[in-house]
Amino acid sequence: MRELKILAVVVFFALLTYYGVEPYAHSVMHKDVEGYNFTYDGTADIQEATEALEEAQASGRNVAKAQARLEVKKAFWSEVDKIAKIPGNVANGQAVFGTCLACHNGAGVNMGGVIPPNLDHAGALYDKRYLIAVIKDPAMASNVDHKYENTMMHPMGSVTAMVSDPQQIADVVAYMLAKKAGDVTPKAAYEEACARCHAMRYSKITQLGETPSFTDEKDELAYKIKVLQEQELVEAYMGKLPPDLSMIIRARSTHFLETFVENPQSQLEGTSMPRVGLSQAGYDKVHEYLTEIGDPSKKHREALGPWVIGFFVIFSILAYLWKKHHWRDLH
Amino acid sequence: MAHFDENAKPFSNRWLDDRLAINTVKKVLSTEYWIPKNINFLWAMGMVLAATFGLLVVSGIFLLMYYKPDINMAFDSVNYTIMTEVGYGWLWRHIHGVAASLVFLIIYIHMLTGIYYSSYKRGREMIWLSGMLLFIAFSAEAFSGYMLPWGQMSYWAGMVITNLFEAGSLELTGLVEWIRGDYVPGDAFLLRFFTLHVLLIPLVIMGLIVFHFATLRIPHVNNQDGEDIDFDEAARLYKEGNKKESKVIPFNPVFLSKDVFVLGIYFILFFYLVFYHFDFAMDPVNFDPADGLKTPPHIYPEWYFLWSYEILRPFPKDPGLIAFGIAQIAFFLLPWIDRSPNVAPAHKRGLFFWWFWILVLDMIALTVLGKLPPEGIYNTLGTISAIIFLLLGPALILITKLEKKL
Ligand code: HEC
Ligand code: HEC
Ligand code: HEM
Repeated sequence: MRELKILAVVVFFALLTYYGVEPYAHSVMHKDVEGYNFTYDGTADIQEATEALEEAQASGRNVAKAQARLEVKKAFWSEVDKIAKIPGNVANGQAVFGTCLACHNGAGVNMGGVIPPNLDHAGALYDKRYLIAVIKDPAMASNVDHKYENTMMHPMGSVTAMVSDPQQIADVVAYMLAKKAGDVTPKAAYEEACARCHAMRYSKITQLGETPSFTDEKDELAYKIKVLQEQELVEAYMGKLPPDLSMIIRARSTHFLETFVENPQSQLEGTSMPRVGLSQAGYDKVHEYLTEIGDPSKKHREALGPWVIGFFVIFSILAYLWKKHHWRDLH
Repeated sequence: MAHFDENAKPFSNRWLDDRLAINTVKKVLSTEYWIPKNINFLWAMGMVLAATFGLLVVSGIFLLMYYKPDINMAFDSVNYTIMTEVGYGWLWRHIHGVAASLVFLIIYIHMLTGIYYSSYKRGREMIWLSGMLLFIAFSAEAFSGYMLPWGQMSYWAGMVITNLFEAGSLELTGLVEWIRGDYVPGDAFLLRFFTLHVLLIPLVIMGLIVFHFATLRIPHVNNQDGEDIDFDEAARLYKEGNKKESKVIPFNPVFLSKDVFVLGIYFILFFYLVFYHFDFAMDPVNFDPADGLKTPPHIYPEWYFLWSYEILRPFPKDPGLIAFGIAQIAFFLLPWIDRSPNVAPAHKRGLFFWWFWILVLDMIALTVLGKLPPEGIYNTLGTISAIIFLLLGPALILITKLEKKL
């Protein structure tokens, strides 16, 4: 039938245009970054360092430094690998965990740039190897070692001096995986993993946590000042104030968010955001929260969509019968 | 004074007809507005456009109830208040966004239909010109609307497009500042584009739609074979009951029943997009709040402006602006560039057929290249496509001069 042929032509060119400006253009504009399913064994870091070395060799500058960095990375991640194989003792780990509480105490005091996060669900949020790595050398674990000549300058750097024995590390990690892994709500996951840096104004979360409600305007203003002061410290630490993440779920693709959180350097070279070290399950919780706040209509859309579309299907069938009725004796 | 029937009941048909001539109006505009029988669903696109515009107005009014035209509040009023707090706010917003994008898809189909069937000439010039005015008005409406969420793309597209008024080496920075009301896009800028978007341009569009419909009444719409129909004769046949022999049908209810069916199918697609695939109409970059200190890595307009953007981009500044200017007015001139005496579908017009499909493919190529970063091969292809577009004008004069009368 002629009308269907014309329709096929129109649809073909519309889809061609769509393919060109959406999937194709985006595949060209955004580089393709490989994900590692939220496991941290140093593959990505070593590859980055290798590429940096190749670049250095090509330009003939800083070759020795790049070479050294690659060796350090390799050594570090193979150490982590070794510790991961040591069976940890939960009871001993609990004692070591006391060291951590010196900083991770929920007092809300800024330490070297950020307020140390609550570790109540660390075992549920973070990957095992990453936890080992972050105790061994936080700057290396987060892949921001280029910012620090000496790890001790990292806000959590002094932990390397306090907990350095591989057995101790294995113990404290075993303890967190066993005892600090209860059910975590999406909101708690966000607060523990991201909120020390990223505010979320659509759910009233700032770097100080959830904003309480005030009856007295003076208290409210005083609190605002505290938030601004905290943000200044974060800004000084990171070089810029990390963006509010209220709408990030719609501003970035799913793939970008996943690979960025897994390894920020892969998407934004030289960025100051440290790797966070979430496991797949931990990231899923954070993602759920970002969706809940940034795209709250998702479930309403899914509930209403079929009804509206069904309505127009019936409408079209009736309209077709009406048309048939009027056109029946025209030809 | 005319004769009035004293016994007519108030507001009865007779009573109204005495006062408003409603029976005549009904005949002229609907039951005896004759449409050729020999047309396909592409002739329903006008109605689809009118319906989509209706949806834009209705959804726009709902959004207007909560939108705040202030650079500190605009982003959150849209993304938080409307999307989270207002019941079904998300539905109105997604309807508005999808309709704004689809209206251009349909406009392009409608225009290309007009070109394919030579519906822009030999008595139909005013239909074409009023249509082009609608295209310009819709472009202005879409651009001003895009400023309102005050996201990164609003800000930077606003910056880039208003910069065009500098007119290259004429350096009319004063004009640019006058348009913006400031050195850079800011509160004054947002508020004036808001006013244009919700008041002035919609009024203009409504006026133009009425005008466009009026221009159709006397020449009547064209048909699939470009046949010059004797409408009086055909109407007589139809009214006598010889519906099979007659070449026309009344707009209401016969043609309307087909329009409504096409509308139904269109709305299935439309609401599929609204519920499951709205992202194509809402660029992710615009969900980052405007930041005058952070230029996004890629700045591009919405898809429907890309072809003319790509005519601007590959050339040096001044020639680029001139090419861009030509692209904006080229379609207005179509009825006069086409020198052929024939009103016929492109497949009966020899070389014109090829000209038409080159135009379609070139515009699609420009659209895609307009979004891609202007580097390497894309830059070369962009330049070639833009030059082809500019050459299509003179080529048409030549081709149509050679065209034989059918
Ligand atoms: C000197 C204070 C201090 C001590 C002691 C300390 N931390 Fe931390 N920790 C921090 C700070 C500060 C951060 C935030 C670092 C940042 O965001 O850059 C942090 C971050 C973390 C993170 C999140 C890392 C990430 O990349 O998201 C984990 C997990 C963690 N610490 C575990 C521990 C464990 C386990 C211990 C004990 C073995 C410990 N910390 C001891 C200060 C400390
Ligand atoms: C220690 C501080 C810190 C933590 C913790 C942190 N971020 Fe970031 N994040 C930053 C900084 C700083 C930037 C800005 C990076 C830039 O622009 O170079 C950033 C930027 C981002 C961006 C925007 C990237 C872009 O394209 O501009 C996203 C998305 C993001 N972070 C997600 C997260 C998520 C999700 C978490 C929690 C799982 C998280 N961040 C935890 C510091 C942090
Ligand atoms: C967006 C607003 C517009 C609306 C609401 C609209 C509406 C209509 C309607 C209802 C018709 C009659 C039915 C049909 O042939 O489809 C029509 C015909 C036509 N329109 Fe439009 N139109 C719009 C924009 C345009 C534009 C941008 C152009 C091109 C410049 C254009 C050119 C034409 C032409 C040439 C016809 C006559 C078709 C023929 O004779 O076969 N219109 N329009």
